Amino acid sequence: MNAPLTFDETARKTPPAERLVVIGNGMAGCRAVEEILERDPARYAITIFGAEPRVNYNRIMLSPVLAGEKAFDDIVINDLAWYDDNGITLVSGDPIAQIDRATQTVIARSGRVEPYDTLLIATGSDPVVIPVPGSKLPGVVTFRDLDDVDRMLLAAQKGGSAVVIGGGLLGLEAAHGLSLRGMTVTVLHLMPTLMERQLDEAAGFLLKAELESRGQTILTGADTAEIVEKDGHVAGVRLKDGRVIDADIVVMAVGIRPATQLAKAAGIDVERGILVDDHMVTSDPTVLAVGECVQHRGACYGLVAPLWDMCRALADHATGSPSGYTGSVTATKLKVSGIDLFSAGDFSGGEGAEDIVMRDAARGLYKRVVVKADKLVGAVLYGDTADGNWYFDLLKKGEDVSSIREGLIFGQAFALGGGALADPNAAVAALSDDAEICGCNGVSKGKVVATIAGGACSLDAVRSQCKASASCGSCTGLVESLLALMLGDDVAQTARTMCKCTSFTHDDVRRLIVEKSLRAIPQVMQELHWSTPEGCASCRPALNYYLLCAWPGEYEDDQKSRFVNERMHANIQKDGTYSVVPRMWGGLTNPRELRAIADVVEKFNAPMVKVTGGQRLDIFGIKKEDLPAVWADLNAAGMVSGHAYGKSLRTVKTCVGSEWCRFGTQDSTGLGVKIEHMTWGSWMPHKFKIAVSGCPRNCAEATIKDFGVICVDSGYELMVGGNGGIKLRGTDLLCKVETEAQVMQVCAAFIQLYREQAHYLERTAPWIERVGLDAVKAGLFDDPQAVTELAARFRFSQSFCQDDPWAKRAAGDRADLHQHIGEFRPHGTEMPTTLETAS
Amino acid sequence: MIGAWLDIGPVDQITPGSARTLKVQGGEEIAVFRTEGNQFHALVNACPHKRGPLSQGIVHGGVVTCPLHNWNISLTSGEALGDDKGCVPVIPLRVDAGRIYLLRSALVAHSATDLRAA
Ligand code: SRM
Ligand SMILES: Cc1cc2nc3c(=O)[nH]c(=O)nc-3n(C[C@H](O)[C@H](O)[C@H](O)COP(=O)(O)OP(=O)(O)OC[C@H]3O[C@@H](n4cnc5c(N)ncnc54)[C@H](O)[C@@H]3O)c2cc1C
Ligand code: SF4
Ligand code: FES
Repeated sequence: MNAPLTFDETARKTPPAERLVVIGNGMAGCRAVEEILERDPARYAITIFGAEPRVNYNRIMLSPVLAGEKAFDDIVINDLAWYDDNGITLVSGDPIAQIDRATQTVIARSGRVEPYDTLLIATGSDPVVIPVPGSKLPGVVTFRDLDDVDRMLLAAQKGGSAVVIGGGLLGLEAAHGLSLRGMTVTVLHLMPTLMERQLDEAAGFLLKAELESRGQTILTGADTAEIVEKDGHVAGVRLKDGRVIDADIVVMAVGIRPATQLAKAAGIDVERGILVDDHMVTSDPTVLAVGECVQHRGACYGLVAPLWDMCRALADHATGSPSGYTGSVTATKLKVSGIDLFSAGDFSGGEGAEDIVMRDAARGLYKRVVVKADKLVGAVLYGDTADGNWYFDLLKKGEDVSSIREGLIFGQAFALGGGALADPNAAVAALSDDAEICGCNGVSKGKVVATIAGGACSLDAVRSQCKASASCGSCTGLVESLLALMLGDDVAQTARTMCKCTSFTHDDVRRLIVEKSLRAIPQVMQELHWSTPEGCASCRPALNYYLLCAWPGEYEDDQKSRFVNERMHANIQKDGTYSVVPRMWGGLTNPRELRAIADVVEKFNAPMVKVTGGQRLDIFGIKKEDLPAVWADLNAAGMVSGHAYGKSLRTVKTCVGSEWCRFGTQDSTGLGVKIEHMTWGSWMPHKFKIAVSGCPRNCAEATIKDFGVICVDSGYELMVGGNGGIKLRGTDLLCKVETEAQVMQVCAAFIQLYREQAHYLERTAPWIERVGLDAVKAGLFDDPQAVTELAARFRFSQSFCQDDPWAKRAAGDRADLHQHIGEFRPHGTEMPTTLETAS
Repeated sequence: MIGAWLDIGPVDQITPGSARTLKVQGGEEIAVFRTEGNQFHALVNACPHKRGPLSQGIVHGGVVTCPLHNWNISLTSGEALGDDKGCVPVIPLRVDAGRIYLLRSALVAHSATDLRAA
């Protein structure tokens, strides 16, 4: 090494500063510099390169800038004076093109070469652009920097419509801004729930409803196929299901990818992000990295809070007193004015996790905290986020919350409001007599107390006697507390609630769905204060049915809320295979159908085929992946699903009848076929069986069916509420009619009454036992219009149900339910381990 | 090069609140679950009760209800919940950059046992 040429006093006092070069003039890069300056202002001679031609600004505030709530000047973090005052050289608008580690220099696009002793990479992330046709068209923009905002503002000046692809944080903020700027906005989101990584289904639903009420169109489950072009500019988006949405501008906000190219090209270790240790040092000890571009202990972050922690650790290391960064727990808030939303931690539930849920429909509130092993592990708040920080703090510190568990969901003020208040019962006890308990019906605490003192010893009794909690139900918890306070263990367990997720009974839920016009499962759960976030295996199928029944043609069936048989349109067997029962109208068949069945049995090696007790053939042992092909073959011979698996019409059994039988009085076979054509495909509270016998000898066993017809010389006896099964119940006579048309009409009306009134999983027999035959007769015959109206509602609902579910599957619908992901072959011959995936 | 983790494809091949299956040659079929809250879990696709295919059950929270006799099985531990007793093997799973990975050795372990048994 050469000795220095000069050796003067000044140089000895202040040794030449180490050269720190920063790539990236963004949030993390500049913050790291600030932290270093705070610790040791003289240590480094600093040069910052920024790709953007401007000073350092607060990127997260681009959303308010887009929305017109802030100007660029308001969001500048460090102006030019800051760089000058601190002796920092800012090279903006000139991105680094290459890092040369051998010579410890960086080379900018302009050709400028800058040597470094320590290099800091803070290049942030790049927005992901989904590579669909048209994604490079003018008018397709991302949302990352000020230039993007300017592009959006330019488009918004002309008005028109915008499509935002991606319903995450960024996408929704872009959509909000564009809609405030006067554009018609449609958000396309691939997943069923908005912001699914931060929100659960319940909160996602509320958010969607709120955005829709503000005029945005939100399409979930929307998969983009291509960006449509017109005159060299974007004109719309075509979805995979064929829909086209017009657009003058398309914003892609589907995610970000750490910007790692520079580091990778320089041979620095990179996985998803640039790999760093706890001091933000990369695989090259002279190169540090910080911000969204790094991967630390397996995690990459997309929010600013972790960056601040990283920058502190980085500065500690860079100034000689290393501390170390150990990772961050993150919390999310959405910056859309008027929408309060907060989420933090893990709310996926699972082993040992306990959900505490509070919903207040009137105030549009949903709060959920997840407690595991006495610690708060997650929180989702919608509508009121005042306690977000408190929950987040408890979560980060991992504090034991068992002592405040009872009041936790009510927030900090309540939970910490002292011993007495932490017990909800005690809190209610402390209320004054004139405090209002039930807002809907204006019932005070004093009145509820008096009602209970007067002998009402159950929730239902209180509801019927003083109306408290009889409307929206949000005060149910308060009434229950009062009952518990006054009666202790003597509270009568009243009408069984639907399941443990709710304090409402089936009847309440059915009534409220109609009264409050509730249209989706998450909406019911919110409005009726479900105590679990997603419901359970009992209430989900029930709600799905109730909604389907209440809103025919409108309600979109929720497949994941259906039991396996209804989801797969076949009956699961003990070995996991399925049985397939095609419909044979009224038990009739013909050579073509029989031949098709025989062919299927042979082609798919079905181990058994048998005649069922419902007068048709059952093919056993079909694998889930073969079902669509089996159905295609049966469809080809004109056969449709027999719904042998459904809470729906099963079969219409018939006997020979007047056409052949020497005792037959009417055409029971023909009538049975007609009835089956009218009723097949309907969804019901439980399975529903019909039979038509040609005379009182009753060979079709009509007297143990849900609806039975006994033909007699003078007409038809209509029988209801029969049941084989464990508890045998013979039918009751409902009425006698004279014509086939009347049979059909009463049958349709009776089914509809059952559909509208029975509890889910209650067959007609237990339903009639519960409400009484007289009530059923009254429902049908007291009002002379009732039969007509009920039958009309049934037929209307049927107009949406009578499409063969097999045909859709055979045509490729929901292939994911049938196909395996693939096959793993650990013992394959050529390659030791292979994965074959189904396409 | 064979990594320790088997890439079985993108996360969006499974709709939230449901499961799909991975066949294993000579071994136990695997059920890969995606909860409504977007957590991913993998279990041997056989209920500890009578080997019901858990992949076909209703998924709620971190639990699947077996389609055959309604046992509730924890997706994280594979344990039967409530009064029922039994446990199904859990296959370590991780999600990285939108793709699902299963621990190869765990898959092989379950196939090896089965081969010996066969
Ligand atoms: C296939 C069949 C037996 C046969 O080979 O004959 C059958 C098979 C099953 N019946 Fe049945 N029942 C069959 C006719 C009957 C009949 C006879 C009838 O319909 O005339 C009855 C008595 C009449 C009645 O329903 O009231 C009958 C009363 C039951 C019951 C008791 C119902 C009750 O209300 O108590 C059950 C249990 C249940 O549904 O919860 C049941 C349940 C079942 C299940 C679904 C058991 C299950 O949950 O897996 C069986 C499905 C096997 C499969 O995968 O196909 N099955 N079952 C018959 C199919 C008829 C069809 O073509 O669709
Ligand atoms: C619209 C929007 C809203 C957001 N809202 C929130 C929020 O509410 N809360 C939250 O926590 N987070 C939010 N974020 C995320 C937050 O902005 C980022 O986490 C943060 O900016 C990351 O900091 P960074 O320094 O790693 O990256 P950036 O801030 O992106 O900085 C990287 C800089 O490096 C520059 N660069 C890249 N390559 C080169 C090169 N080769 N040469 C020179 N310079 C280069 C880039 O131009 C950029 O200026 C939001 C982001 C956006 C876009
Ligand atoms: S009687 Fe019992 S065993 Fe026979 S099919 Fe019906 S449910 Fe199954
Ligand atoms: S096999 Fe799963 S509950 Fe019986």
